[in-house]
Amino acid sequence: MRMVMTGNYASAYGAKLARAEVIAAYPITPQTSIVEKLAEFVSSGELKAKFIPVEGEHSAMAACIAAQTAGARTYTATSSQGLTLMHEVLMWASGARLPIVMTNVSRAMAPPWNVWVDHMDTVAQRDTGWLQFFCRSNQEVLDTIIMAYKICETSGVMLPAMIVEDAFILSHTSEPVDVPEQALVDSFLPAYSPELKLEVGKPMGFGSLVKPDQYMEFRYKAMLGMKEARERILRVEQEFKHIFGRAHGGLLDLYKCADADVVMVAAGSVAATAMDVVDAMREKGMRVGLARIRAFRPFPHEEFRSLAGKTEGIAVLDRSFTFGAAGAMFTEVKSSIYSCQKRPVVKNYIAGLGGRDITPKILEKIFEDMLVVSKRGAEDEVEWVDVAGLPRRWR
Amino acid sequence: MTKSYEEITLTPISDTPSTMNITGLWRVVKPVVDKEKCKKCTICWKFCPDAAITLVDGEPIVDLRYCKGCGICAFECPSKCIIMVKEGEQ
Repeated sequence: MRMVMTGNYASAYGAKLARAEVIAAYPITPQTSIVEKLAEFVSSGELKAKFIPVEGEHSAMAACIAAQTAGARTYTATSSQGLTLMHEVLMWASGARLPIVMTNVSRAMAPPWNVWVDHMDTVAQRDTGWLQFFCRSNQEVLDTIIMAYKICETSGVMLPAMIVEDAFILSHTSEPVDVPEQALVDSFLPAYSPELKLEVGKPMGFGSLVKPDQYMEFRYKAMLGMKEARERILRVEQEFKHIFGRAHGGLLDLYKCADADVVMVAAGSVAATAMDVVDAMREKGMRVGLARIRAFRPFPHEEFRSLAGKTEGIAVLDRSFTFGAAGAMFTEVKSSIYSCQKRPVVKNYIAGLGGRDITPKILEKIFEDMLVVSKRGAEDEVEWVDVAGLPRRWR
Repeated sequence: MTKSYEEITLTPISDTPSTMNITGLWRVVKPVVDKEKCKKCTICWKFCPDAAITLVDGEPIVDLRYCKGCGICAFECPSKCIIMVKEGEQ
């Protein structure tokens, strides 16, 4: 059924259709309406789940970990300061190999206090062992939540997944969304049944002490899980497409890249704007393309290596900045293609922090800059876009 | 003996309960309860972080197999009937 809904409601409907059995959450702007809607589903009986209101995000994740260890399918949602408060337990979730699914409404980190879109919170959790999916539409949010459970709940993967919605641009903007039939989702996503779980009659300790002689083997296994996730994302999406008739582009969603002189790399909602800009620039005869990072973890290294041979320049748009280095996506893209025979020029554009609009005009100027830079190399590898006081005019 | 990554579970799972871990060996000082002064208020039993105190007819009995000698019971006891004594001394 097609409905008009916000990204946050798309998250709530996704968790409901996936039949999450335990939901533990703490409200934070702009995530609140996700858990409000889920609380409504639970209280009306539409969703048979245990809803646990907790005193903070660290507890929300701890409750999900406990419930998931006991064999329940769990869901939570958070944003920004809430996500970073969870940091310690995010590591527990992945190390304990619990396929928890969570929405993070990506929002700037304070100070300065700011509730608008920025990817710093998500990027800061890239080493926690969670799969991370950036979305560009509300439909993709709903679909990816359902897919994430199926990707993660297999003995070869058993890792948690984070679905990233851009604050306000997706979380609070209404779009038409196809809400699939429950029976169809049930045929796609079977009930969660882990091989080992907490049982009252059979007490066991999970995640217990391991000495230096055995620790590395467990970390190696988690690495294998993330490696398997890569293949599993592609397979599950094919299956999803077969049943629901749509797909969202695997790990790296390529748009008009086949013959592109330069390609822009972006993640999240700005990638939707960039598609329009690509179309407009191609009408003017400029061969540009877009490579949208959909999975940031596992990172699409192979896809980037194959893209490197086909283009002259890659403009990486980062909506966050790693102080003392560069944008995280930029450093990842560069490291991916380092071993390639033919390496295009790569330049980093830092834009849209704290909800600053990245307009079509700005994206067009980035493409124009990259078309020049791809021929003569970049003077500055990292450029901050649209910062008052800097000489270059972007608006 | 290090096991191959292929022979282990996804996360370490132990079927031996934590009661197998005899933490009393860590102790330097031990609590001694003066039964005359004890008012059976159960505060020591509530505060013991290792659940090493059990109540028998309301009176605290310290299980020295698990008591680490942290002294929280002695600190919290309102009637000051618990004193911490160095191991080996009376």
